[in-house]
Amino acid sequence: MAKISIENLRHSYLPFPDPAREDQYVLKKLSIDWQDGGAYALLGPSGCGKTTLLNLISGLLIPTEGTMKFDGRDVTRATPEQRNIAQVFQFPVIYDTMTVFDNLAFPLRNRGVSEAEIAPRVKEIAEMLDLSRTLYNRASGLTADGKQKISLGRGLVRSDVAAIMFDEPLTVIDPHLKWQLRSKLKELHQRTKRTMIYVTHDQTEALTFADQVVVMNNGEIVQQGTPVELFERPHHTFVGHFIGSPGMNVLPCEIKGGKTFYAGQMIKAQNEKALKADGKFEIGVRPEFVTLAKTGIAADVVKVSDAGRFRIIETISGGNTIRLLLAEDVSVPSGQVKLAFDPEHTQIYQNGWLAGAAA
Amino acid sequence: MKNRITRFVPLFYIIFLMIPIYWLLNMSFKTTNEILGGFTLYPHNFTFANYATILTDPSWYRGYINSIEYVFINTVFSVAVALPAAYAFSRYRFLGDKHLFFWLLTNRMAPPAVFALPVFQLYSEVGLFDTPWAVALAHTLFNIPLAVWILEGFMGGVPTALDETAFVDGYSFPRFFFRIFIPTIAAGIGVACFFCFMFSWVELLLAKTLTSVAAKPIAAIMTKTASASGYQLGLLAAAGSLTLIPGAVVVYFVRNYIAKGFALGRV
Amino acid sequence: MSNKIVNQKAWFLVAPVFLVVAFNALIPLMTVVNFSVQETFGDNVFTWAGVQWFQDVLHSERFHNALLKQLLFSAIVLAIEIPLGLAIALTMPRKGIWVSFCLILMALPLLIPWNVVGSMWNIMALPDIGLLAKMINGLGIDYNYTRQPVAAWFTIVLMDVWHWTSLVVLLCYAGLVSIPDAYYQAAKVDGAKPWAVFRYIQLPKLKHVLTIAVLLRFMDSFMIYTEVSVLTGGGPGNATTFLSIDLVKIALGQFDLGPAAAMSLIYFMIILAMSWLFYTLMMKNEES
Repeated sequence: MAKISIENLRHSYLPFPDPAREDQYVLKKLSIDWQDGGAYALLGPSGCGKTTLLNLISGLLIPTEGTMKFDGRDVTRATPEQRNIAQVFQFPVIYDTMTVFDNLAFPLRNRGVSEAEIAPRVKEIAEMLDLSRTLYNRASGLTADGKQKISLGRGLVRSDVAAIMFDEPLTVIDPHLKWQLRSKLKELHQRTKRTMIYVTHDQTEALTFADQVVVMNNGEIVQQGTPVELFERPHHTFVGHFIGSPGMNVLPCEIKGGKTFYAGQMIKAQNEKALKADGKFEIGVRPEFVTLAKTGIAADVVKVSDAGRFRIIETISGGNTIRLLLAEDVSVPSGQVKLAFDPEHTQIYQNGWLAGAAA
Repeated sequence: MKNRITRFVPLFYIIFLMIPIYWLLNMSFKTTNEILGGFTLYPHNFTFANYATILTDPSWYRGYINSIEYVFINTVFSVAVALPAAYAFSRYRFLGDKHLFFWLLTNRMAPPAVFALPVFQLYSEVGLFDTPWAVALAHTLFNIPLAVWILEGFMGGVPTALDETAFVDGYSFPRFFFRIFIPTIAAGIGVACFFCFMFSWVELLLAKTLTSVAAKPIAAIMTKTASASGYQLGLLAAAGSLTLIPGAVVVYFVRNYIAKGFALGRV
Repeated sequence: MSNKIVNQKAWFLVAPVFLVVAFNALIPLMTVVNFSVQETFGDNVFTWAGVQWFQDVLHSERFHNALLKQLLFSAIVLAIEIPLGLAIALTMPRKGIWVSFCLILMALPLLIPWNVVGSMWNIMALPDIGLLAKMINGLGIDYNYTRQPVAAWFTIVLMDVWHWTSLVVLLCYAGLVSIPDAYYQAAKVDGAKPWAVFRYIQLPKLKHVLTIAVLLRFMDSFMIYTEVSVLTGGGPGNATTFLSIDLVKIALGQFDLGPAAAMSLIYFMIILAMSWLFYTLMMKNEES
């Protein structure tokens, strides 16, 4: 187990990239620390570089620039074996000709562990993963979730493993089993206290699994934080859009003399003190924190959609769309309404970034 | 895993493959005197005379035309007939399907030596003897089973949802088959054609037995030359070198599908 | 497999194939069966001979010899070509510009007419002017394939290895490139040594193509005729007279139709039986 520190990491798939050209890099100057024993999720849209980052950490790829340290030891050029990493892939990888037992024992046998030590260890892990019943069956006969458990088991079976990486591990799992496997993962993390890094583009998976979520976009880390932080204080409008359903409302605004105005209306924002100069900015407010009021911003209701326990009201105000959530039992207004924003959860963004946040 | 020595294994193998081909080309550019005069690593008296003979003498170059003719007929015919059959095997279950499929494949195991004589008699009876159609038809014996097998493998990889969607959209079977299905498995058809070409082009025993004058393939002309007029090695080598060209051209065209083609689409 | 629809009309789609192959295979096969149980003295006069020819063939020394030589030949070329082809496929690059280049050059021998293959090796092995003969003589070894049975066998085996190893390479290569990267990555993460990667990932995934390779190579080596006939004509003496060569000698040379037909059928049966045996043996583990 180890603390993983990444400094100024850059990566390009070209053999000789031009350092001056940002577009040739899939990862652009990343620095991040992963604490020992944490449960992390790497969240981002397809193609944002999250799988690349994962493969760089596990040592399947060697970075173009930058350094990587495990507990202060430089492992930038070390092989996956030297780094002692385990990884679970998108599609289950099992050794077809072996039994479940042999599959789980494989990483130990490769490291020359004696059979006397292997047997109890494998049985313990199989017990944890509910694989005991099929321990002596051919692994190729198992269902997709069983196979994915074996992949995970091969990581858990090594007691000295530095971290376990997951690359969208639930892709091929049936929907009703996804939830089960996810809670199993969470439980295993609490039991074993291994560092786990989980790559996904699904916010539900990321937010339920991880203590710390790292949001990536375009080869950059946009924000790292707990699920609550990401929800309440998105550091970038991208995070606001990407997390939450529906995403955050982003509206143009103007600051004059330290006061914030939207469509001529003065608004209180939580971070307006952070801005020193006047000018044009954006405000972000989540639909959860927009309410109907007697006075406030005028808007027209254009669409109402039912989302179970609440309804999503879509309104238009001065050419901008503002969404808000309404509880089931509240009657839905029509025509013109007035909207109010919760000042504690209204933030000002400058060029997309949260004003005043130490990013 | 890749250390320095293993990296060169394919290179050594390719060199091994090229040596006899080089030697054939080498011989084809030599004069008869030089060949019989002794051992030389490269042609000292470089000559195109052997090639000139072949390309100007109809009794030689007709052989190439004959060969290409029956290979072409065989390839088109085998694949055309195999397409609907492969579709049937990959999509439907019907009475005796498995037995039929297995029986087809057993024909790939039939030694041409076994069939040469009875096929000769049969084709003589029906008046096909010494025509390109005779050889083309005889080669379907092993090429149709092969084409069915390859195409069935490729078709198995196309989801049945494609067929169902087309039929729901109101396509008739022929229109679906020609407009949608055939373009979808174009790569498979290319691979099947390649294999039909290959086995028809290289076979000699049946081709020789089923022709005498009019449709005689180049391969048969070569064997006659070798035995009849003794040492015309230069000419023989030139004729052999020319037979490499069609194969090389075809393999160049399918180079991107070779790997998948040899797996017959079903790995 | 299970979602196939039962549809007897599918027979219409299969009918053309069935008719063509039946015309080509069944009628000649019936002719062969017909000949195999009759005695003829020419002039289209046939008398019933029963199983006489089969007994003759099965008890003849000549048949036993030809069969043994044929089996030995198949065994030798399989033992060389399968491991060699696998080894070459394993060392081939997976991507890059060299791949197409390698594949094209390797496929070349497969596309050369079989008699030309025979001729090529003929002029390679000819005493005095052949490159192969010169090289072997240069090592101080007496080599003349037209006189020494061992030299003739060596030349034929070398020719077959040259001619057909590429088929095994291409099949195995096709199998190898279809293994997803994740398997190799998982093996790296699990600390597997190259041998373990081969034994537990590559070999199991190649089982299917290796089965095809063994079957094809067995069938074709067991049926080999043209190349050997051009190169040695079955000689020196009868040293390389394999079943197929003997069969053509009897049928087309001596026109002994009865024995030739009986021999053909036995020959065909042996191929079918051996192919079935290989297939079931190699697929045996699949079910368990």
